[in-house]
Amino acid sequence: MNPIMNQDPAAPSSTPAPAPPPRAAAKPVALSVRDLRAGYAGGAAVLKGVSLDISERRVTAIIGPSGCGKSTLIRCLNRLHEALPGAFCDGQIMLGGRSVLDWDPVLLRREVGMVFQRPNPFPTMNIFDNVAAGLTLNGERDRAKIAERVESSLRRAALWDEVKDKLKSPGTGLSGGQQQRLCIARALAVEPRVLLMDEPCSALDPVATARIEELLLEIKETLTVVIVTHNMQQAARVSEYTAFMLSGELVEFGPTQGLFTKPADKRTEDYVTGRFG
Amino acid sequence: MGCAAPVIPPPTGRGRARVPGPRERAGDAFFRRALAVAASLILLVALALAWQLASASRQTWTSLGPAFLWRTGWNPVDDSFGALPFLYGTAVTSALAMLIALPLGVGSAIFLTELAPRRAAQALSFAVELLAAVPSVILGLMGVFLLVPAVRAVEPPLSRALGFLPLFRGAPYGVGLLSAGLILAVMILPYITAISREVLLTVPRPLKEGMHALGATRWEVVRGVCLPYARTGIAGAAFLALGRALGETMAVTMVIGNAPTISASLFSPAYTMSAVIANELAEAAGDAHLSALIAVGLTLFALTVVINGLARLLIYRLENRS
Repeated sequence: MNPIMNQDPAAPSSTPAPAPPPRAAAKPVALSVRDLRAGYAGGAAVLKGVSLDISERRVTAIIGPSGCGKSTLIRCLNRLHEALPGAFCDGQIMLGGRSVLDWDPVLLRREVGMVFQRPNPFPTMNIFDNVAAGLTLNGERDRAKIAERVESSLRRAALWDEVKDKLKSPGTGLSGGQQQRLCIARALAVEPRVLLMDEPCSALDPVATARIEELLLEIKETLTVVIVTHNMQQAARVSEYTAFMLSGELVEFGPTQGLFTKPADKRTEDYVTGRFG
Repeated sequence: MGCAAPVIPPPTGRGRARVPGPRERAGDAFFRRALAVAASLILLVALALAWQLASASRQTWTSLGPAFLWRTGWNPVDDSFGALPFLYGTAVTSALAMLIALPLGVGSAIFLTELAPRRAAQALSFAVELLAAVPSVILGLMGVFLLVPAVRAVEPPLSRALGFLPLFRGAPYGVGLLSAGLILAVMILPYITAISREVLLTVPRPLKEGMHALGATRWEVVRGVCLPYARTGIAGAAFLALGRALGETMAVTMVIGNAPTISASLFSPAYTMSAVIANELAEAAGDAHLSALIAVGLTLFALTVVINGLARLLIYRLENRS
């Protein structure tokens, strides 16, 4: 029996034991996913029963070829997937002892932040307001407190020194890498427990990518990161755990180093050695 | 990294692209000139229209001068003319219509794009476009037989409840500014809804998801992302609707009561610029009457040009601010 399952306050003992996750995680579990199935009504399932435990304050990378369901997986974690027309999502996702399906999606998304594939700063807001957007949504009205949080978030996103003199200029005027760091600052400002990143560097050049990877190593001190990437080197560089997905199924999940050097599954080996995908 | 540039084979004698001959070049030049003529015709027609209106109304302008615009009497029998009641009627009915239709139209557009289930949204969008195609005389008939009696019934209680405002005092005729404003609102509603809907559909999904991911409610996403992103287009929709409200003739003529008076009450009969032209032009006996009617027409024309210019300016400002 998986020892983590017993520690996990989220796992109710009464539910019939779902398939245990492929590998045990060594840290307290932030998010536990059991038998997650998702897709679109009338179409083929995108996720065909995925189970994994995401460790707290660690970076978990999800790799796999295009269309394997990795983006859908993390979009289920903050319930953005089900907002799409015709989308469905079944299974169990536990966050802090509660099923995310019991959370109000609005409150859930304040605990589980997200950074998207393409930088999406709000075009009608300046840099300051972009970062403050989540705070004002939370009902924060104290200007001094907002200013303080905006600065600390921009510092954590390693963007403060570049924008501190132009906080009132539009966020869309920044370079692509800066825009993506702005979006990270925007997500961090709400102080989420979990940060989901959906291929955050795929629209960026190598220098901007390196900066984002650096800041990932810093922010994981305080929060859990789940990063979807099609770049295996990136997964190897930034993550402690890696999940390899193929056609909507979780093929292998475990410590990153082990997965890349001694993959247990033939398909994982073929993928990480570049034989397909 | 990066991929190699595609190799373009060097042109060889036989495989080379065919060079257009002199005939095709002449055809091209002809085509370009024909299009230029067609495009300049639009401008020419507008100028000719303005000139025609100005020259045909010269008698009024020379005898009364700009005072024609703020004189109140309109009595063709004594050759006494003043355009103010019509300006007032047009302004009040259009303002009333905008006041009602703009929030309703933008609200419906938000519902259709953000909230309604897809099937319902499609059916409703189709219905909205159908409503835009209803001829105004049909809406006028509906106004005469349904709206006017309803307004007549509603006016006394409205007057009792809100009678402390001069807007809601007076005899309940039914026909008047309120009915005209309501029928205009019905007429411009589909324009505002349909265009706002098109504009709201262009809001990129990643932006909306970005707002949702911060823990925004649907309303906060609409207010924080959708409306700011679409504001230029919505302003355009509003001005297009206003232009239509200012110029709308038939339905308004049928329900406004056609009395060249100025009253603070929304219940009182009034007259609009387009309505007076439509009603009196055929029966205008004297030159002075005809000239005065055309002067009203010129005023309406100038008003719509000014409104359109202001709309351009506003849209230009909004675009540059973001």
